[in-house]
Amino acid sequence: MSNKNIFSDPLINNNPVTKQILGICSALAVTVKLETALVMSISLTLVLACSNFLISLLRTMIPSKVRIIIQLTIIASLVILIDQVLKAYMYDISKQLSVFVGLIITNCIVMGRAEAFAMQNNPIDSFKDGVGNAFGYSIILILVSIFREILGSGSLMGISLIPQSIYDMGYVNNGLMLLAPGAFIVLGLIAWVQRTVTGVTED
Amino acid sequence: MEVLEHYLSLATKAMFIENILLSYFLGMCSFLAVSKKVETSIGLGLAVIFVNGITVPTNWVIKNYLLNPGALSWLGIPGLESVDLSFLTFITFIATIAAMVQLVEMIMDKFSPKLYNALGIFLPLIAVNCAILGASLFMDERGYTFGETCVFGVSAGAGWALAMITMAAIRYRLKYSNVPAGLRGIGITMILTGLISMAYLSFSGINL
Repeated sequence: MSNKNIFSDPLINNNPVTKQILGICSALAVTVKLETALVMSISLTLVLACSNFLISLLRTMIPSKVRIIIQLTIIASLVILIDQVLKAYMYDISKQLSVFVGLIITNCIVMGRAEAFAMQNNPIDSFKDGVGNAFGYSIILILVSIFREILGSGSLMGISLIPQSIYDMGYVNNGLMLLAPGAFIVLGLIAWVQRTVTGVTED
Repeated sequence: MEVLEHYLSLATKAMFIENILLSYFLGMCSFLAVSKKVETSIGLGLAVIFVNGITVPTNWVIKNYLLNPGALSWLGIPGLESVDLSFLTFITFIATIAAMVQLVEMIMDKFSPKLYNALGIFLPLIAVNCAILGASLFMDERGYTFGETCVFGVSAGAGWALAMITMAAIRYRLKYSNVPAGLRGIGITMILTGLISMAYLSFSGINL
């Protein structure tokens, strides 16, 4: 696979969320607002790129029997770093993200890429694969959160977008978008669009 | 009676109102992968209830007697009262879960080969299931007592299993329906999950 593909393939064609079906847990929970989705995307990009790089660096030294626990230790240490930084510098957002920063540890994308890519490839390629997959995940997160924030609370990044005159005419925000079902349905529709565009289907 | 009522209301809340899968999205990966067959869903569901029921209380003990600020003071050694190890929470929780899963697997294999054959293949999957780590982290964040923690662990697992088995049953029927090509697989599953989640919303407000 050429360098360009390692990076660009996971963005649309082989998107980790909609195609590989990995990491959906956190993708949905933090998408009520664009702001939390952005912070989550940045955190995951850092963790995924670093963990892929480190695991690939150690791949010849890791005995295959205990590899899962070693991978988990590396990932958990990186997540603790991110969590402490968020608590120190962005306390409000870290409160909103609550347990979901910690759940990056069990995010299937991180484990999945470590198993599927970093264990077989050199550190530089693994780093690129990590960044590419994290961006693919971020695209979905940002799309879902844009839909949910505009439809659910009529704003974006906390700035109100829908003018008062439209509310006066009887428009109301769709409260369902802020609840769990909104996230499931928006993600289902995005997966539909992605499958239709790439033309890949399954039974 | 007071106590029993309190636990019952906590269990209902964890199982239906704040279902760990349908309102916190935890454990989606294994949910999507395994909910294709009813039998395997029941197997994985039982394994999750079992492991959650063991790991959440274990993590509570570790957190409250080893990691919290000042938690080490029960050792009676001067100077330990001011030690705060809470930054180790994540790594300890995941290590406990991995170790417990391994231990449960070994004990089951030794004493109940029948149960091991039924649940064995699911146990390694569970170590990285977000629903397990998620339940431990929620327990920590909400500051439950030990009794509440035991009830919460089992009922969060039961809620997850319930959602999973429902979905498997629906997907079984889905085989005979004509879904648009692009929507097959994850698309229709997500939308159906959204609808089930909407149905579960009607439980909110129930207070025992």
